[in-house]
Amino acid sequence: MKVVALAAPSRWRLVEGLFWLAAALGWQFAPDYSLLINEIAIFGLFALSLDLILGYAGIVSLGHAAFLGLGAYTAGLVGKIGLVEPALGLIAGGAIAGLVGFATSFLVLRGSDLTRLMVTLSVSLVLGEIANRWVGLTGGSDGLQGMVLGPLLGRFEFDMFGRVGAAYSLIVLFALFLLARKLVHAPFGLSLQAIAGNRLRSAAIGLPVGRRLVGVYTIAACYAGVAGALLAQTTQFVSLDVLAFHRSAEVMLILVIGGTGYLYGGLIGAVLFKLLQDALSGLTPQYWQFWLGIIFVALVVVGRDRVFGLPLALMRRLR
Amino acid sequence: MYRRVLFAALLSALPFATQAQTPFKIGVLAPMTGPFQSTGRSIENGVKLYIKQHGDVVAGRKIEILLRDDAGVPDNTKRLATELVLRDHVDAFLGFGLTPLALATSPVATQAKIPMLVTVAATSMITTTSPFIVRPAQVVTQTATTAANWALKNGIKKVAIVVSDYGPGYDAQKWFGDRFTAGGGTVVEALRVPLANPDFAPFLQKVKDAAPDAMFTFVPAGVGGIFAKQFVERGMDKTGMKFIATGDVMDDDNLNDMGDAVLGIVTAGTYSAAHPSALNKAFLAGYKEISGGRRASFVAAYNYDAMELLYRALTKTKGAGDGAALVEAMKGETFESPRGMITIDPETRDVITPVFMRRVEKMDGQLYNVEFETFAAVKDPAKIKP
Amino acid sequence: MLTLLIDGLAYGMLLFVLASGLSVTLGVMNFINLAHGAFAMAGGYFGVVLVNVLGVPFLLALPLAAIGTGLLGLVLERTLYVHVYARSHLDQVLFSIGLVFIAMAVVDYTQGSQQQFLRLPDFLRARIDLGGATIGAYRLLIIAVCGVLAGVLQFVLVRTGFGARLRAAVDDPVVARGLGINVGAIFAVTFAVGSGLAGLGGALGAEILGLDPSFPLKFMVYFLIVVTAGGTAGMIGPLLAAIMLGIADVGGKYYFPTFGGFVIYTLMIVLLVRRPNGLFAR
Repeated sequence: MKVVALAAPSRWRLVEGLFWLAAALGWQFAPDYSLLINEIAIFGLFALSLDLILGYAGIVSLGHAAFLGLGAYTAGLVGKIGLVEPALGLIAGGAIAGLVGFATSFLVLRGSDLTRLMVTLSVSLVLGEIANRWVGLTGGSDGLQGMVLGPLLGRFEFDMFGRVGAAYSLIVLFALFLLARKLVHAPFGLSLQAIAGNRLRSAAIGLPVGRRLVGVYTIAACYAGVAGALLAQTTQFVSLDVLAFHRSAEVMLILVIGGTGYLYGGLIGAVLFKLLQDALSGLTPQYWQFWLGIIFVALVVVGRDRVFGLPLALMRRLR
Repeated sequence: MYRRVLFAALLSALPFATQAQTPFKIGVLAPMTGPFQSTGRSIENGVKLYIKQHGDVVAGRKIEILLRDDAGVPDNTKRLATELVLRDHVDAFLGFGLTPLALATSPVATQAKIPMLVTVAATSMITTTSPFIVRPAQVVTQTATTAANWALKNGIKKVAIVVSDYGPGYDAQKWFGDRFTAGGGTVVEALRVPLANPDFAPFLQKVKDAAPDAMFTFVPAGVGGIFAKQFVERGMDKTGMKFIATGDVMDDDNLNDMGDAVLGIVTAGTYSAAHPSALNKAFLAGYKEISGGRRASFVAAYNYDAMELLYRALTKTKGAGDGAALVEAMKGETFESPRGMITIDPETRDVITPVFMRRVEKMDGQLYNVEFETFAAVKDPAKIKP
Repeated sequence: MLTLLIDGLAYGMLLFVLASGLSVTLGVMNFINLAHGAFAMAGGYFGVVLVNVLGVPFLLALPLAAIGTGLLGLVLERTLYVHVYARSHLDQVLFSIGLVFIAMAVVDYTQGSQQQFLRLPDFLRARIDLGGATIGAYRLLIIAVCGVLAGVLQFVLVRTGFGARLRAAVDDPVVARGLGINVGAIFAVTFAVGSGLAGLGGALGAEILGLDPSFPLKFMVYFLIVVTAGGTAGMIGPLLAAIMLGIADVGGKYYFPTFGGFVIYTLMIVLLVRRPNGLFAR
């Protein structure tokens, strides 16, 4: 157990600045990759939201796509009924997902990792089934039709090549990241880490364990909902796939690759995962999963240090 | 002086040189991994086979294939399609394994103004979403209504419908059901089976207890075999109940592995490996060679057709890659496919195709869908205005 | 009605065979092995190659597929898994998903991506009349195989010296080693048996569940449900959970076909919220 000075981690470091600078430069100088950058930003945000509950509160979830999907469908429907301002859809997506997150948070307060895994998974599958059956609302398996999106803040029209979309996603990600950073370094975040570390003792020293967990689960659901809304708005398409199991599994992989419990894990994981996937599937569309699998196994068996030497050194600095 | 002449000559030759040398790039978007990967393989092989048999140069343009795996996820398809336009400057899209994948991508085709050949996704509405979409494949409504017509004509009065819980399943259910009830039949049971369903027992038992004259089915190809085997295992064929399906269910890709349980199953389909024509024989022989001994599926045939259509359009435009001109050139095009003669409907850009009633029979020790009745030139009934 | 009950029973029993190996690795060894389905798939493909290509009789191919998969499990355990036991659960997830990806690609490369069909002998295709209800012979075979298996497993785990040593090795490997228990060997054997069971399930289930390279992910959720609902003490819990799941799923789909999907997941949520450690917690 390492001893950490309480104030230290909340100070900004040079390498963090470099990380965000790199993101901005990527957007500026690699316009051909805007769509990929957009996707990385969205899945980075999604993974960040999982990190809040997994890394900081120790709640394992295999159903996080439930909130991504809620956010995506909400944003899509908001666009469909004529509220074309993207910011409205974004807020609505986050709010609805947060609401459902709050309602379902009581299900994950108790039980072992495995139990929580299955409860969260079941919640997402039930939502997926509802979306599948409620064709009038969601368009069922053909996907939501007729989503209209106006220019962002009335000024920036979304272009086909994702320039505006990527900037939009990056800015939202950065803003929410700042908020999360404040949150985890505040007493709220510290008490969460205490709960994750030892729940019984945390309760014994008077921490409101249940309330804290409900709180963080709701916030994480909001974040995932915003990520879903971004996905729906920047691709201008929503289908059942946003609620599918593979989304939950993928975000878990992204977070585990990057490492949990220091906020940057999800972002770094998203960068690595998406770049690897893009490069490998470009090289061998049939068998890229094989190579990705080899990398996963190597990451664990050989150790992250030796596989991702450089990124890991950076990760340490960030911790 | 000499140098200046050479320079001028080079300059004047340049437009022709670029015309002849710029390759015509086709972005192929297919689910190469995930639950629909066998569809992806058939797409890839169908395209490859056509190029192998017909050369890779058309009207002076070299054909280049850029294959991308979308894993069956719509936002992937859309992103990859856009990147193909942006980074690789493709001249056409081809593929699209499922309806949402095609629907997500159609705005990209519209904005980039390039032809989008949909070769698998079979929901009727797809071609209405962009003027650049052309579908030389099939529409599920074509086979479903044909199956209903045939059932009505053959004294079947009560049917139970069992479809997979996804887009084409609903289309099949709706179009078969509507036509069948309009013709005086009754649908006694309509069931939807989840895509990742572990056991068909309860659905089949429900159909059995409803005791219809026939069961009409639309499920993805691989699942169709399991379904048919359990139908027989349950002894439902013995009660005189008929098993009717769309051609997709008895896919040639693995029909032969399904075993004798599927003998006698009647399907309405647009392509059968047993179709007697010289072109089909050459197609099958070539396919066997490039796929390591497999039999071509209907998906492979449609992609072969799509390439033929593209080659014809390019020849007509004399190699000019302009998207609108290519789509215009495709409209009304009639040509022979391994399944028979097909036409691209100039109004809907959907295929007009023969639909065959086929029965699974044994020929030379192998199982085939043998065609016994032909409905020529079937249009998508959903797009025929009354 | 009786037919339905027996269908559900057979289906549940099949889920049990498929998941029992997982409840050994997950429940007893405390290892999150999401690659369990990949072993089941391996067993299925062993079965297909043995029966369809080499012409081995089906009933002989079943144990062979189990042994083949068990050996495969043993090799992987000694070379790879052994390094990962001590890692965090999240690392185990990453590792085993990596294995799943590799397995799916390898199967696709060697066997193709199409659905596989095992050729069953005719006597297993027959239907047997049981006082009004007719049952497929194949489903009776599944019930018989699973019944025997469950008994043997429960006996070995709970009543024998091996079971005791295994539990000791899991609870405290250091002390167990000090007592002269060969912890490595015990883990290896247990893991091999777990994979072998998965292989048997895969070969047995190919007829009903189907078999293609996406198998490991398609049915992972079902395996996890059985193990979670059953709890991790012994084999009785998972067996009963699997049977209940099978009957509830079949019944739900028969009587409420429009709500089929909801029944299972809603049951799961209610069950786990009321009894977080499974139906039959220790």
